[in-house]
Parts: sequence; C-alpha cells; structure tokens
Amino acid sequence: MKVTILRFPGTNCEFDTEYAFQKLGCDTQIVWHKEHDLQSPDLVVVPGGFSYGDYLRSGSIARFSPIMKEVGEFADRGGKVLGICNGFQILTESHLLPGALKRNENLHFISKHHRLKVENSDNTFLQKCEKGEVLNIPVAHADGNYYIDEQGLKELRENDQILLTYCDENGNTLNPNGSVEAIAGICNKNRNVFGLMPHPERAMEEVLGSADGIKMLEGFLA
Amino acid sequence: MAKKAIVNIYLKNGVLDPQGKATHHALEAMDFQGVNDVRMGKQIVLDVEDGVDEEQVKQMCETLLANTVIEDYAIKFEQ
Amino acid sequence: MEIENIQEVLQAHKLSEAEYENIKSILGREPNLVEIGIFSAMWSEHCSYKSSTKYLRGFPTKAPWVIQGPGENAGVIDIGDGMAAVFKMESHNHPSYIEPYQGAATGVGGILRDIFTMGARPVANLNALRFGNVLDKESIGRYQRHLVRGVVEGIGGYGNCMGVPTIGGETSFDECYNGNILVNAFSLGLAKSDEIFYGKAEGIGNPVIYVGSKTGRDGLGGAVMSSDSFTEESKSLRPTVQVGDPFTEKLLLEACLELFQTDHVVGIQDMGAAGLTSSSFEMAGRSGSGMIMHLDKVPAREEGMTPYEFMLSESQERMLLCAKKGSEQEIIDIFEKWDLDAAVVGEVTDTGNMELFWHGEKCAEVPVDPVSEEAPVLDRPTREPAYLSRIAKFDLNAEEKIANQDAYNKLISSLEVVDKAWIYDQYDSMVQTNTAKGPGTLDASVIRVKENGKALAMSSDCNPRYCYINPEIGGALTVVESGRNVAMSGAQPLAITDCLNFGNPENPEVMWQFAKATDGIKQACEKLSTPVVSGNVSLYNETDGISVFPTPTVAMVGLNDDEHKVLPSSFQNEGASLYLIGETGSDFGGSLYLKELYGKTEGTLPEIDYEKELALWKLVIEANKAGILNAAKDINVGGIAVALSKMAAISGKGIDAKISVGDERDIFSETFSRAIVETNDDAAFEAKAKELGLAIEKIGTVGGESVSVNDVSIDLGELQTIYYNRFKAVIEQDL
Repeated sequence: MKVTILRFPGTNCEFDTEYAFQKLGCDTQIVWHKEHDLQSPDLVVVPGGFSYGDYLRSGSIARFSPIMKEVGEFADRGGKVLGICNGFQILTESHLLPGALKRNENLHFISKHHRLKVENSDNTFLQKCEKGEVLNIPVAHADGNYYIDEQGLKELRENDQILLTYCDENGNTLNPNGSVEAIAGICNKNRNVFGLMPHPERAMEEVLGSADGIKMLEGFLA
Repeated sequence: MAKKAIVNIYLKNGVLDPQGKATHHALEAMDFQGVNDVRMGKQIVLDVEDGVDEEQVKQMCETLLANTVIEDYAIKFEQ
Repeated sequence: MEIENIQEVLQAHKLSEAEYENIKSILGREPNLVEIGIFSAMWSEHCSYKSSTKYLRGFPTKAPWVIQGPGENAGVIDIGDGMAAVFKMESHNHPSYIEPYQGAATGVGGILRDIFTMGARPVANLNALRFGNVLDKESIGRYQRHLVRGVVEGIGGYGNCMGVPTIGGETSFDECYNGNILVNAFSLGLAKSDEIFYGKAEGIGNPVIYVGSKTGRDGLGGAVMSSDSFTEESKSLRPTVQVGDPFTEKLLLEACLELFQTDHVVGIQDMGAAGLTSSSFEMAGRSGSGMIMHLDKVPAREEGMTPYEFMLSESQERMLLCAKKGSEQEIIDIFEKWDLDAAVVGEVTDTGNMELFWHGEKCAEVPVDPVSEEAPVLDRPTREPAYLSRIAKFDLNAEEKIANQDAYNKLISSLEVVDKAWIYDQYDSMVQTNTAKGPGTLDASVIRVKENGKALAMSSDCNPRYCYINPEIGGALTVVESGRNVAMSGAQPLAITDCLNFGNPENPEVMWQFAKATDGIKQACEKLSTPVVSGNVSLYNETDGISVFPTPTVAMVGLNDDEHKVLPSSFQNEGASLYLIGETGSDFGGSLYLKELYGKTEGTLPEIDYEKELALWKLVIEANKAGILNAAKDINVGGIAVALSKMAAISGKGIDAKISVGDERDIFSETFSRAIVETNDDAAFEAKAKELGLAIEKIGTVGGESVSVNDVSIDLGELQTIYYNRFKAVIEQDL
C-alpha cells in the first residue's frame, strides 16, 4: 500500500500523517506541492495545517498548486483521496467535494477530543467501522463549520455521502462548530474522495488518549 | 495609468454570518441603538492597469478571490 | 555628521550623560545617529540586563546533563539516546498590553525562533499569563477581559499556524496587573545532541546572510520601549508594536531545518529585540570577530528606509546567519524554495569592529566587544519594602471566622481554581502527535519523544502572592513547585528556564525584591539539582508608579524514561485508595484563602524543607516506576480541599475524604511539600513511604457522586458545572 502525502507551504500535519500510515505498515512519501508527479500511489492524503497561512480563505490558494491538477485527474480516474482538516478545506475549494467550510460558529479555534458518529460505513474509508459506532477523535480547526445549500444537502443524503457527524459519548448530536446537520466528514458521489475535519492520524495510540483512528485509516488497506 | 479595483466580498444572504452576528450583539450590549443587522465581509483592493476591465476582475473573483459556494462579491473601480 | 540638539537625541534614546561620555571614549570621537541608535539599543535594559546582571551571575548553570547554559538563544539539556531538549521562556508584556493579539502572537513567534535557531524543531509550547481584575464591573474589568480574549487569540493564532502544540501553562489574576499584564511564552524543541547550532560568526571572509521577511519600520525602538515604565500616554504607542506573520515564520522554520541538514552553517541567530543590531553584535561578539555589513543590501519592505531604521527595526520573522564561503547560492536556493528572501549582506572580518556601509560609504563603525562588555552594569540601590513589616503581622485568628462550607464554595469558583478550557481549547494541543498529558489535566504537561520512547514533562509556575509577601521564599518556591508538578507525572526534574517579571528597578524596593527572589531561585536550584539553562528578565512592569507583584515565572523540564508510564493527575479507579503525603499545618500566608475570603495578600511563609521535598519527588517517581500508583497531584493554592475537588471534577469520580487537621480551616492551608496519590496497592505504597521517611495518611477511596472533604461537600455534577463553565461566563460576559 503506497500513500502519497502532499506538502504545501504551511502544511503542518504531513509528518503526523506519515507516522500514522507507517504504523499501519504503508509505504509513504511526502510530495512537494510544486511537483507534477504523484508517484503512482494507492491513496493520496491532503493533510492538515495552514496552507498559505489560511490567508484569503482556508485552502483557497493551495488548490491552485501544480500538484492539485494531478490530484484532480487522479480522483477522476477513480483514485482514492483523503483530505483531513485543511486537506478537507482544500478539497472543497477544489470542488472535488461539495460544500464549503466557514468560520466556527463561536469564532474561536477549537481543539479537543470529540466524539464522532459513523453515519455510513459502506465505503472504503469507514468499512472497518460499524454504522452508528461512536469514535473518539481530536478536532483542531478554526474553519470547520460545514456549509452546503438545501439542494446539495438533499443530494448528500440521497447518496449516503454523509459519513461522520459530531456527537456526544452516547451518540447524540453535539455540534461544536455550527456545521449543517453536525456534519464532520463526507465523500463524493463516486465514493473515492473523502474529507473530514477531525484528525484520525492523531488517534493512533492509547498513549495519546485514543486509538480509534486506526480502524478509520485501516479501511484504505483492505 | 493605473486604477483601483475594489472588490467587496460578503457571505451570501441566507448563509449564517457568525462574525456579523457577534458584532451586532456587541453593539447592542454597548447600547448603540437602531442597528438592524451587521454583515461582515472583506475588501480586497487591487491596484490594476487601466486596461483591466470588470470582466477580468470578475474572473479573478470567480476563480480565487471569492468562494461562490458561500460568498457574493461586488466590484467597483476608483481612479 | 554633526548632531544638533544632542541632549534631545540622548533623551529620546534613553542614554545618560555618563553613558554618552563612555560612548565617546569607546569611539574616540563623537558618535553619529546610527551609532547612538546602536549603543542605545545594546545598552537598553532589555538587551544589556544592566540592572539584573549582578544578581544573575550566581545562578547555578551546570550539571552533567546540561549541554548549553544561559548566554545562547536557548538552553540545551541531554535527554538520552543522542537527543537533546532545547528550551527557553520569554516575556512579551509591554506589547501585549498595548495590542494584545499582536503582542502575544509575536511573543510566541520570538520564542519559537529562539528554539529553531538552535537547530531544534519546536515540539511544545507553554504560556504563563497574568491579568488584572477581570471581575471588575467597570472599565478596568472590561479592558482586562478584552486583553484576555486578545492575548489568547494571539497565542493560538501564531502557535496553531506554526504547527507547534500548546500543551499547558497557567493563568492568574490580581489587581497588581491592572496596568501591566504579563505574557510569558515558553517553547521546547528537540534536536540531535551533536547537531546544535549556535549564534556565532567566525572565519574571516565567511558571508553574513540575511534570511526571512523583508525589513520594514516595525517596532522601531521596541527594546527601548520595554525598558521604560508605562504611563497613560504609552497606550498611543501602537505603531511600535510589531505585527506577526506566522505563515512566514512557518516557512522560515522549515527552510532553516532544511538548511541545517547541509553543512553550510557556521552560526545563526534570530533577529529579536533590537533586530539587526543585537543579532550582528552578539554573533560577532561571541566569536571575537569583526563584521562588515552593507545595509543597502538588506531586503526592504518600505521605500526610503535609512541605515538607522535598518539597524533598529524589529520586523519579525528574520534571521542572520554566517555561512561557509562558497555555499551562498545553495543557501539562497533553499530559501527561495520556501518563498523567502535571502541576501548576502556582509562578511566576517578580523578587525573586531562592526563596519556598516550604505551604498558603498561607511555610515558607522563601532568596536564590537566594548558595546557588550562595557555595557553598563548597575548596582542599583535596594531597600526592604515598607509594606513587609505591616503584612507580616497578619493573624488569621484575629479575623472574623468564615464557615468552612462558605469558604469552600467561594474557593472552588475562584478563577484561579476553575478549568481554563476557554483558553486552552483555542490552542492546538495535539498536533505533532506527541501529547501524552495535555492542558486541563492538572500539574505538568507531558509529550512523548518518538525518537527514544521517553517522555518530557514541563510545568510553568509562579505564585506572585508568595513572592510579594516573601520574595526569597516565594522565588525559591517557583522552582520547588514547578519541580513538584513535573515529579507528579513520574518525571525527574532536570533544569529550569526563568522569566523574571518585576516592577521598576529604579525603585529600591523593587530592586530588593529582585535581589531576594533571585537569591531564592539560586538556593532552590542548587538544593534540587536543577540548574538554570536560559531565561529572560522583564523590568519596568509599572504603571503610574504601581509595580506588579514580583513574578519570577519558572518553567521546569523533566524526563520520564518510559512514555508509557506517564502518571495522570485525575482519579482512575473506583475503590482505589487515596493518600495524603506530607504534614498539614496552618499555613495561610499569601494563600488563596486569604485572597478570596478576606481580600488580603498578607502573612508570612514558612521555610522550605528541601529534604522533605526531594523525598516526596523520589517517592512518587519510584512508586510510579514500580507500577504502584494510579495518579498523583501536588497540593498548592486552596489546599487539599481544592486539590481533591479538581481531581474529582476532571475525572467525573467522587470522593469522601477525612483528613486529620489541627484547625478545621486547614483543609485550605497551603503547607508546602504535600501531594495526593491514588493507589491500588496500599501495602506497597506504605512500605515505600516508610522507607523514605515520609508522613502519609490514608484519606479515603475514590468513588461516589459527591465530593466531601471533612466538613465540606458538594454534588459532583454541581462541582463540574462550576469548574467547567465559570471561566467562560466571566470572560465572555461583554460579548
């Protein structure tokens, strides 16, 4: 399993992501945003951070990096792409995923362990999880307030594209940032491009407070 | 000759604007009367050559400056 | 160039007549304006430590594990397996009061540069914040709450963007900070112990290269500003506050770390206070070199800048480096990859002089050594403060007695006690995936070290009330308490960095506080074998004649040999035993109890028993290694009742504790050298405590839906509501 992890100026989760996938036994490579070759991966991860300092809008400048053209073509061919946090923002700005991420409703950066409910496990990413399962995964973002218009939301629902929502320990909705329907993660219609605000790569070991990220990322290995 | 293209960007009507809401609330808390609503946006000032027209700036907005999923924009020119 | 109005110029540069005479004798002529600017910056309190040097000289700075002590950009200690921890703490007090967001943000930016300029990747930040009375109903309270919101957002804005986790810290409030808040930022980085970089400039002909952001007119004279007291007027000093650009600093960090992988670097230094002046003089000074710089080659952000402005600008996110000759292009290429400016601006010489050129013409020439060596060292007068004899007479028994339950209710809602999630949730505390004990978990914060499987514990502490009523013991206690916190996580305390925040040194009473507090720190560091490896002094924290309480913040760093044996401070197992280690007296001098219930900061402090303290550390560290302990927490402000309540609140588990005390109020007493531990193995723990000669008392077992400590009690849910909601309610009341 070969994982390509992108690096933009301002990315800061590329090494965490690499460490997490190496723990799962994957070959990893970090690819600079000015490159044009994804190096034939099985999975491309757009990691978290503050690409271009989140200036203008989170992810808005990074989407024009040369490597993103390759990512678009890779996704069009059915290649698997995962965007985490800033990576999710970049994927929505690139229109590889629907919707947009706005400033958190309380206007603050929010960093904490949060519970997520698996809404749909019928996809590569969450196939190791059970529908309805509650996972403990860190969130850390200022612009994580997912927005999509009525029509778009209807489509997400009809196609089972809502993968994860924010909840409490008992699985009841608990919305930390104002996201529409408490959405934390989605996929595209073809179910090969995935995006989420929480950080599964930060939940790979009990020593860090949770190992629930393992069964999420492991989905890509199966 | 150069001129200025002034681009104002706001969240679309119907999209919740938490910053505007918070600011509105703060103004009320300070006893400023008569404010019906506050919308927060950003202004981008482009120093452009005379030849640059509205259509070109519009392209810039559509491509990079605004995210039309959630944002509207308005363009005006100043000499 | 003749200077007219020399008196005015000297005054504007805060140079005395005597200092001016000294400058003339060093140069052998009249200085020009650029040179006056240089001397003024280098001899400012901020850069020269002229008031404090005398007292800092005696700090213990050596131990077998110390790789680099004070005098460099940061201190370095050995943490085994070829790895080193690089750390320092620094203040950004004055700028944060004027413009809280940018002041705090650039404070974080500055301390991070100090770390990565040493070749280390920053892996953890802490911050120690002191604000004034946020509970005040009028304009003071409103401004203080505005400062809290701005400072926190600024710290988060910078640290988060840099991808460095902020894993802990402390926040407290007192009227003495109404006119001068304190913002102290700590950062720790990791490097290979044989790949540390220093701020040197040596090797004749080696190029001097400027990298990072372009220079603008930011913060002109910032070092001079922070060397002066506040008046109402200084609030209009906004233009001298620098604006931070964390994105550029992130690029600078990555570019520098990439550069350090080559062998091109001779030395490197961050441009902090006094910008290009201090970095160039310090680098040349450490190596006994001279230097030529062509100021017209410095990348400029604004047009029409003068040599004077280039030398004194405090634009952020810049570094000066000395490289091996011939490597210039490769270095420039690395910085260009990261979209940063890099320019060869000069070279190392053997003249011992700093020669500055402007379009080929010499615009200043100053001998390097005398600027630092002949920087004035002052022996300012000291006088025991008059307030001390008055407050020492305080007698709790002479005060009206307050029922314990009422006292308890007040103390658990004290802003000093309640959870600060409103603050730390705004900081990314988990990036880099090392945070084993993050913010909100009480006592020390801990990261594991991926490279060697160990863990680093760190804690920043100062009890300004103690330092006010007894600067010597209070100063010593900052070291003791930060060490105890580190030990409670199972780590061995190794070394400290300090950030000494005091009032106006021209006030003999403040200077006396400084002398005593540094004495106390010195003693404690010696007794506890935890040397000082880096630090910073911030004086003139005074507004309209009112100085802050002496606030020598100390951050201790310790090492735990096993990342899997990090001891938590929350209750773990229902039914497990709780023990109190140490004896409890009626110690209320400077206590939270006096402050919250009587509005007083008075009384006296007992002596510190270092042997008992060390035995306590040893007991917890060894018992944890042996796997006997589930949790540990030290006892400090608010006493045992507050300590147990915090443990209960964060773990969601109750407790019914009985403690033998002489006076019923002693459940709030702050007697030193005490801790609470949780164990499932009473016999083994008791044997271990006996072996070390420590007094212990079994005070109860974990469990239940309420918290009760002797005669006070509260429902667990009610306690948690107060604990988790109070701070936000206070800070956001204006929004």
